[in-house]
Amino acid sequence: MSDIVLKVENLSKLYRLGEVGTGTISHDLNRWWAKIRGNEDPFGVIGSTNDRTQKAEKGESVWAIKGINFEVKKGEVLGIIGKNGAGKSTLLKVLSKITAPTTGNIKIKGRVASLLEVGTGMHPEMTGKENVYLNGTILGMTKKEIDSKFEEIMEFAGCAKYADTPVKRYSSGMKVRLGFAVAAFLEPEILIVDEVLAVGDAEFQKKAIGKMKDISSGGGRTVLFVSHNMGSIRKLCNRGVLLVNGEISYSGNIEAVIDNYLSEGKGDLGVPLVKFKESNGVFQPIQLQIKNRSSDELTNTFSSDHAILIQFSYRTTEELHNMRIVLAILAQDDQILFTYSSHSIEPALKEPGEYVVSFTIQPELFNTGNYKIRLHAGQPGIQLLMKPDIVGSFSVEKFQKSSNYNPMMPGYFAPELEASY
Amino acid sequence: MVKEKIQDKEQWDIEIKPETSAISLNFKELWRYRDLLLMFVKRDVITVYKQTILGPVWFVLQPILTTAIYVLVFGNIAKISTDGLPKVLFYLSGIVIWGYFAESFNKTSNTFKENEGIFGKVYFPRLITPLSQITSGLLKFVIQFLFFLAVYSYFLIIGTPIEPNYYVILIPLLIVLMGFLGLGSGIIFTSLTAKYRDLKFLITFAVQLLMYATPVIYPLSSVPEQYKIFLLMNPITPIVETFRFALLGTGQFSWLYLAYSFLFTVVVLFFGIIIFNRTERNFMDTV
Repeated sequence: MSDIVLKVENLSKLYRLGEVGTGTISHDLNRWWAKIRGNEDPFGVIGSTNDRTQKAEKGESVWAIKGINFEVKKGEVLGIIGKNGAGKSTLLKVLSKITAPTTGNIKIKGRVASLLEVGTGMHPEMTGKENVYLNGTILGMTKKEIDSKFEEIMEFAGCAKYADTPVKRYSSGMKVRLGFAVAAFLEPEILIVDEVLAVGDAEFQKKAIGKMKDISSGGGRTVLFVSHNMGSIRKLCNRGVLLVNGEISYSGNIEAVIDNYLSEGKGDLGVPLVKFKESNGVFQPIQLQIKNRSSDELTNTFSSDHAILIQFSYRTTEELHNMRIVLAILAQDDQILFTYSSHSIEPALKEPGEYVVSFTIQPELFNTGNYKIRLHAGQPGIQLLMKPDIVGSFSVEKFQKSSNYNPMMPGYFAPELEASY
Repeated sequence: MVKEKIQDKEQWDIEIKPETSAISLNFKELWRYRDLLLMFVKRDVITVYKQTILGPVWFVLQPILTTAIYVLVFGNIAKISTDGLPKVLFYLSGIVIWGYFAESFNKTSNTFKENEGIFGKVYFPRLITPLSQITSGLLKFVIQFLFFLAVYSYFLIIGTPIEPNYYVILIPLLIVLMGFLGLGSGIIFTSLTAKYRDLKFLITFAVQLLMYATPVIYPLSSVPEQYKIFLLMNPITPIVETFRFALLGTGQFSWLYLAYSFLFTVVVLFFGIIIFNRTERNFMDTV
């Protein structure tokens, strides 16, 4: 027996676009008529085959998720991240049996409880106590289980005093706390949690994250967690899945998944040669080249013992006095690491023409990670010639001098320090 | 291939697949969620009459007012026969037993629409919801039935010629039939309305019309022979007639008719559960 508790195989879900409900009778009658005559379903072309290429052509249906495969082991906390509309909620809905998949299947060991909303089914007219029982049973607990945990639940929610007050008199924060408290004391083998922590104050969020960590590490239970908050994802999860347009674009170690997510959607940033679009202003960027300084080869992956050469070429059509190019290097989370301005190396030549400005970043500076290049150009106090924009990126792999165990240390930089006893 | 075989032998507790067999009713699961059913019933009972002055008295007030109107309109103005029974008893008995069907049907036929919010956020066997609705309907029925028995005893004491007989032991069966008939047809309707909203306009007056096709305000005996067959096609007719026959001694009772009602209920319930289960898997995409 393996310790895989959740196995998702080739899972897809098709949604019909447009207004469902109008014309369904005529569609259904058409379908039915076609079936009787032994013809193919006239509206089922896209739905019946898992053909991804058809999606764009016919705009009638769309795969909210397609071809999803993953496995989760016992005790693992899997973070599911992705932009809005990437299919996270659909995936959770299919996993929690709210809606059936179009293709594929899911195999689960043990009980599943899903928390897609806090306090589902709570009734405002009923008291806190009654709602704990109602919400608990909706989530799959038995009355006996709730009986044994009732005190703890009320304590965790901080609502013990208001147990006999109708929930409609609760503040919205209290309602959320009560709802989460009930869910926190569920004891399913697999807990599915959607963005529910977005509500509640910082203190409660901390408490909730802590509780979920306890559930997974202490209780050996599995948690699937969806959030846009990379902070909580990082704290809670050890593995992650990145969804892009309904497909898994990356999965693995949570840090790597987050990096991938943050660099997602930045177009052709991953190339060492960036050509700019033709423009006809006085300042026309031409291209950006990222090279290995020593070999002069175009690349954007570096070992930290190599110098990085960034060359930016542009054309000017007028004399531009006092013009400067500003280079900034940003970390994956858009934190500016440093900025360098070309004013000190300003060329004497100011007449119109083509120029190349080169920046060299010395070796032994960056830690392992992905870094972004931001450029802008302007004449201070006169005009902005090029808006600050992220134009390229490169990645660095920390070069290890010794063959000893070298764990990856946190931080953006990893310079070699002179150190002694 | 061999490897796959081995993996398949692994024990999975839940499998989610696009299609399941037509009858995938999981009784074990339903049973596990029995506490939820009770909580739903409790919720319905507690909340319906919260912040009302008369509270549960409304349960009784409804049949009283309806009976009064029926006595006036159908009894005294239209002068429809009541099989020689006191008008109050005749109408009240009909209203009480019919009311349970109407309540069960009306409530369950709204299951998907009413519970969209919960159904969209958490999974539990959806059938729990309509089951809880016929259970809370049953509580209401019991109160009304007790009220009926009180009125009934009064008429017995003052010596009205009504003849309760041994068939009263059938009453629990009649109640179960009424509840399940309402449930079965209700969940068929709610499954259809999940997709075709038009039907909800039909439902509201369909129940009213159906009442006129059931011997609630008139006895079956007063119906001309050529129409009787249509009334007997209505599976509720034998239930109402048997109910009156057992308690009041008038009306037509036949094991054959009752068996028909029984079979009809079983069939409706069976198809209802199939359609309901099919709808619940995907209804979130259509509402």
